Amino acid sequence: MEPERPDGPDVKTEEGQSKATALIEKAREQGLALRDRAKKEFEGYKDPQQTQLWKSIFRVSHDRSDPRNRSLAVLSNVFLHLHPAKINRDATRYSFTWGMGGITFYLFIVLTFTGVLLMYYYHPVKGAAFRDILYLEHDVPFGKLLRNMHRWAAHLMIITTWLHMFRVVLTGSYKRPREFNWCVGVVLLVLTMLLSFTGYLLPDDQLGFWAVTVGTNMARATPIFGHEGPFGPQLGMTPYNDVRFGLLGGSIVDANALLRSYIWHCIGIPLVASIFMAVHFWRIRKDGGISGPAPVMLESEMKALKK
Amino acid sequence: MQNVEEFEDFEERKGSWLTGGRAALILVVLALVISAFFVEDWHQLISIATKPDNIPIVALIPLVIFFTWLGMKQARANDELAEHLQADPQLAKTHHRKTQPWRPGWARELHVWPYLIRIEFLAAIIVTVILYVWSITLNAPLEEPANPNLTMNPSKAPWYFLGLQEMLVYFDPWIAGVVMPSLLIVGLMVFPYVDSNPLGNGYYSWRQRRFAVSMFLWGFFMWIALIIIGTFIRGPGWIWFWPGQRWDHNAVVYDRNRDLHEIFGITSMPGKLVFGALVVGGFYFVGGLFFHWLMKRSRFKFRYLFHPREFLHWAKTSDEFESKILARTSILQYLTFQFFAITVLLAFPIKLILRLVFTIKYVWVTPWFNI
Ligand code: HEM
Repeated sequence: MEPERPDGPDVKTEEGQSKATALIEKAREQGLALRDRAKKEFEGYKDPQQTQLWKSIFRVSHDRSDPRNRSLAVLSNVFLHLHPAKINRDATRYSFTWGMGGITFYLFIVLTFTGVLLMYYYHPVKGAAFRDILYLEHDVPFGKLLRNMHRWAAHLMIITTWLHMFRVVLTGSYKRPREFNWCVGVVLLVLTMLLSFTGYLLPDDQLGFWAVTVGTNMARATPIFGHEGPFGPQLGMTPYNDVRFGLLGGSIVDANALLRSYIWHCIGIPLVASIFMAVHFWRIRKDGGISGPAPVMLESEMKALKK
Repeated sequence: MQNVEEFEDFEERKGSWLTGGRAALILVVLALVISAFFVEDWHQLISIATKPDNIPIVALIPLVIFFTWLGMKQARANDELAEHLQADPQLAKTHHRKTQPWRPGWARELHVWPYLIRIEFLAAIIVTVILYVWSITLNAPLEEPANPNLTMNPSKAPWYFLGLQEMLVYFDPWIAGVVMPSLLIVGLMVFPYVDSNPLGNGYYSWRQRRFAVSMFLWGFFMWIALIIIGTFIRGPGWIWFWPGQRWDHNAVVYDRNRDLHEIFGITSMPGKLVFGALVVGGFYFVGGLFFHWLMKRSRFKFRYLFHPREFLHWAKTSDEFESKILARTSILQYLTFQFFAITVLLAFPIKLILRLVFTIKYVWVTPWFNI
């Protein structure tokens, strides 16, 4: 919309008046230019991918027509670069991997997240621990949901880890060159179960107490290192210096056991498990990505053994 | 080998609807229906099955069945494809060799963004929804505060460790709690290194990998069976109560268990020592023969059970393909496999039967340890 032009009559005016008009004219022109610039700039903001902010964060635009962008979207993102840029077209089917490894990893993330939230409310101290759980259940907003989610995600993670291993066997994915990654997986399997087990004691209720008592009583019988195990007593093992004592920080399941369990559960094992997961994922890439679905090999194509 | 033709016609008898799998399914359903009549305490059975901490194991059973089926279905499709291609070498050269659809001109690889990321995202959403529903409907258990003076009876480990706890019945704690778990872990780790079969790498297959897959299934199902026993069968005092049988908190089981040497009337310590060593040595020898025999068998067919002549033939002839695989196996691989197979896969069920059916406690008694 053009502002109305004050079409003055063709009359001689004073000097000052004409000066003022010129000034106003100039200001008007500058204002219009600024408006045009703002308009143009605003047009630019309509496409956020062209902004400096966007480019600084994501580096690549999501222009679908350019396949290079799709690759870069994965490769230049720290979270996504676990993946290669491209994969076997059939490997994207759920029926091959069942998504089990990925779901296991996702559950680990869920557990880390809910676990950290739980840590804000929990003291690993006899007496306080149990009360903290009651507090979580009854007073903390969504505390019960939080606790439930942490517990069920832990159980689910064990199931998905087993099923993931099962899938790897059925597809023969542990075979050359992935033998070592299978071993890394076995370590992860044990760590997953230990993570769950160390968490079991933390509510400090009867369930956890007796489960851990039964569990650690087995450690008494460790050959050589347990005071009731074969050759243990002969080597000077007593209830006060054997491997069970080391696990519990005492000869019974008590305050020290609670603290040790807590630290293994929240720091020790997650740290080790994260390292092994990093290795696991790294090895998947280095071993040439997911093993299949690979073309079927025939019996007649079995190569003779290199002697 | 000349009697092969004689049996060739058996291969023709296809098309019977009663396959091994279906027969097994019918038997299982029948057993479940019949046993339902013997349940005297539904309330207790249901309360065990719906205990929040037992939900995962209850869920695990159908999950394992479903995924076994899903895997085997794909294995079968691949096996049929392999058979087809084996018979048609010309096709084998041109076929893309997958059961998944394929057209010339299709890219063999897809961009991870968005084709993989989107299904990962979808999976994450589904898992999240499941977790929310589960967490809203079921509460994590919380018992009384820990009390060392009040023993829980039965006092059970979390379900995923019930297999180990159940082993305590059959072995001394140093074996059940320390040696067996270590053997399980190491046994799993050596699995890829003792499997000398190069086929079936990266696709589902049964026929090409029958022995390896069945050995894993043997261990995996045994582990799950132990958990089921621990969850549904063990009651107060770790006594065997059939599912649905009412728990008797005052039940006492008189220890009728004997050691194997007692049956043979051996009393002196050196006698027991030598006898036990012989028994265990003999077990390893027979076990070794058994696995050696097993790994060369051809496919077992359900109808062999009803045709002794065919069964004998199956039991006596070694399979050509399996023998080829065995020939590729190094002595170290072979011995390692035998050790773990006999010590874990075989010793365990044998000890279970000895204990539960024949009430035998130890087979080898020494001054230092008992097995
Ligand atoms: C915390 C536990 C674990 C996590 C988070 C994890 C994660 C993953 C993921 C995301 C993959 C990619 C393929 C897929 O999703 O299936 C994978 C592959 C693999 N995993 Fe695991 N895994 C775990 C435990 C295990 C265990 C217990 C084993 C075996 C004993 C194992 C052995 C393997 C192998 C051999 C592969 C390569 C499979 C192939 O190339 O097809 N992992 N894992």
